[in-house]
Amino acid sequence: MTAEHPDPHSDPVVHGGPVPALSIRGLAKRFGGKIAVDGISLDVPAGSFFGIVGPNGAGKTTTLSMATGLLRPDFGTAVVHGVDVWARPLEAKKLMGILPDGVRLFDRLTGEQLVTYAGLLRGMDKDVVASRVGELLSALDLYEDAGTLVVDYSAGMTKKIALASALIHAPRLLVLDEPFESVDPVSAANIRSILDRYVASGGTVIVSSHVMDLVQRMCDHVAVVAAGRLLATGTVDEVRAGATLEERFVQLVGGRNHTEGLEWLRTS
Amino acid sequence: MVAHLLRLKLTLLRNGLRRSPWQLVGLAFGGLYALGLVGIVVAALVLLRTEDPELAQTVVVLGGSAALLGWGLIPVVASAADLTLDPARFTTSAIPMRQLLTGLALGGLIGIPGLATALAALATVWTWARGPLPGVAALVGAAVGVLTCIVLSKVVTTATASLASSRRFKDVSAIAFMVPLVLMGPIVAGVGRGITASTGFLPELAATLSWTPLGAAWSLGGDVAGGRPGAAALKLVIAAATLAVLSWCWKLLLERALVNPPYAGSGSRKGGKLGLFDLLPATPAGAVTARALTYWLRDPRYSGSLVVVPLLPILLVFQGSQSGDYGVLAVAAPLAAFLLAWSISADVSYDNTAFALHVATGVRGVDDRLGRALACLAFALPVVLIFSVGQYFFTGSWSELPGQLGLSLGILFTGLGLSSVVSARYTVAVPLPGDSPFKKPPGNVGQTLVVQFAGMGVLSLLVLPEVGLLIAQLVTGNAMFGWVNLAVGLMLGLALFGAGIRLGGKWLDARGPELLAQLTVNR
Repeated sequence: MTAEHPDPHSDPVVHGGPVPALSIRGLAKRFGGKIAVDGISLDVPAGSFFGIVGPNGAGKTTTLSMATGLLRPDFGTAVVHGVDVWARPLEAKKLMGILPDGVRLFDRLTGEQLVTYAGLLRGMDKDVVASRVGELLSALDLYEDAGTLVVDYSAGMTKKIALASALIHAPRLLVLDEPFESVDPVSAANIRSILDRYVASGGTVIVSSHVMDLVQRMCDHVAVVAAGRLLATGTVDEVRAGATLEERFVQLVGGRNHTEGLEWLRTS
Repeated sequence: MVAHLLRLKLTLLRNGLRRSPWQLVGLAFGGLYALGLVGIVVAALVLLRTEDPELAQTVVVLGGSAALLGWGLIPVVASAADLTLDPARFTTSAIPMRQLLTGLALGGLIGIPGLATALAALATVWTWARGPLPGVAALVGAAVGVLTCIVLSKVVTTATASLASSRRFKDVSAIAFMVPLVLMGPIVAGVGRGITASTGFLPELAATLSWTPLGAAWSLGGDVAGGRPGAAALKLVIAAATLAVLSWCWKLLLERALVNPPYAGSGSRKGGKLGLFDLLPATPAGAVTARALTYWLRDPRYSGSLVVVPLLPILLVFQGSQSGDYGVLAVAAPLAAFLLAWSISADVSYDNTAFALHVATGVRGVDDRLGRALACLAFALPVVLIFSVGQYFFTGSWSELPGQLGLSLGILFTGLGLSSVVSARYTVAVPLPGDSPFKKPPGNVGQTLVVQFAGMGVLSLLVLPEVGLLIAQLVTGNAMFGWVNLAVGLMLGLALFGAGIRLGGKWLDARGPELLAQLTVNR
């Protein structure tokens, strides 16, 4: 890691009042010689719709995996509603619903079986699981394909069934890594309204994305991450500071090529 | 362009090896095995040089025809066909068709099967190098023959591509392929007996085949050596025409395939049927059992071994009927117990990153372990009981049953306990979900070998008491040892089963994320 490694107990973002839904301090992870996440600290206020944006390879997925108990951090802590994810993992995981990016599903189950499985694994009651599975599948337009094997689903349907598996136990915090990738616009709108209602009822949603426009419209808070570091965080209006989120993002992250070469690409 | 395609294939191979030195070790083992086989074939062909020309001709033509047939048939059943140079990936590159075909055909030579066939074919040149002319004829024949092999396999894979990309076909063909593979022994024995009974018929068969597309190329050297240049010329025409027609077919099929990518859709089905999830208790362990059992039935990587198990006694009965001594059947039950119990030692590796669901939901390690072990036990226990009891209908020595049962149950329970520990800590290289069970798995071949051998070593230590008691019974003939063995096998086995589940569960609770990280590497 770098020399000025952040102290895990320092509190760069001061939030008075209620316990944040997710609070991470000095999270860091190294894969071989590559530092994927280099000391990220941030607070996600309870009841917020929080977007994490960053270019490809910025460390979004690694950070979220460490915050949700899927990947053990080299340094740092993650606390969900006051419960330390790595000290009391079973308790913390009860509070979270996770949609990881780039992992497989048990895809030889039917969609209905997969969501039921996720519910039963969490020790939920059979009848509750059954009624919630029905409602979730209808809400996500998967009712017609409930009995199809997940392996035969399209990419967007697979995303949606994974989302259903993350929602089944009514978590207080939803962590969604790239939830809208390859999802069609109609389903995306449905998912957004589900998430909006969830936030309105007091839940907290964290989504990662590199579609700035989407984050600006959907989220109330945002964090900008690049090269394993946190560049800015706050409410969307604070971060974008009058410009659009995309302009501000490009300004923060840099690396924009002012396309001067490529003259030959002009067709006329 | 052709050189580019070949270089691409070599680069892909080299980069695949670069991921881990153990990959190289794996390839080396595969290569050594193939080299051994090819060595035997080449040696035989070299020895044939001094034999009677008619015998040599028969062997070369029959062998060559069989090789050509194999290149045509194997890609259909083994969906493991090498797709590194899948033509579909070149759709957007606008490579001229002629160069694409040449490149792909020569690329087919790179790899163990291609090289093995080429080496064996070249050895036939030595067989016929009894003079300059027959040698040249054999060389031409070998070149045409090997090319025909490769083009035929390409025609078959391209023609069946849309069929083979359907998941159902892949699943079924992978399992169907298991059956002849397991029954190889009896099949070879049967064919061997058939051949020895009709040796007089083989030269005739070879002579006939040599006039067909299958054998024409391979008979050129022999015909020239036997002083039949006219026949050889005609057969060269047949062989060349075969190659030309196949290449033309391939070109047509490829042109069509490049603009009509295979469609592998399937109808949608409404829900309402939860299958095993409805039948089993709605607890975390019950859910894991239901999921694992569903996989045993639906995933060819699992169900492949389910198909093998009933074939095991068939093999042994066949062997018994050959020798008249059915004593060999005694291994069926312990062997089945071992195979089934050990099969779940790679359970988490088979899950691949889908295991993330278990980590994310925070299911307790004990529930995870118990569910998987119970799923295996659900059919392994009946199988072991049936095999144990069934053999005595052949041998009639019922006094050995208790001891036998003790050993088999001991192996089953101990093995399940040990597997539960092993799969909680170590991942092994297995075919990815959705891949054919025969596909060479990516990942750490070396660790796989170490885990497998060390695990089996530990297992044989753990069942020593049962083995000792069985030997004592066989030596002394005292039936009491058998009953003691039954008690020991059950009690010791169940104790180790419980201990394995608990220890594996503890490890899983402590190291679930690390295990997931190991799986991510193999993704």
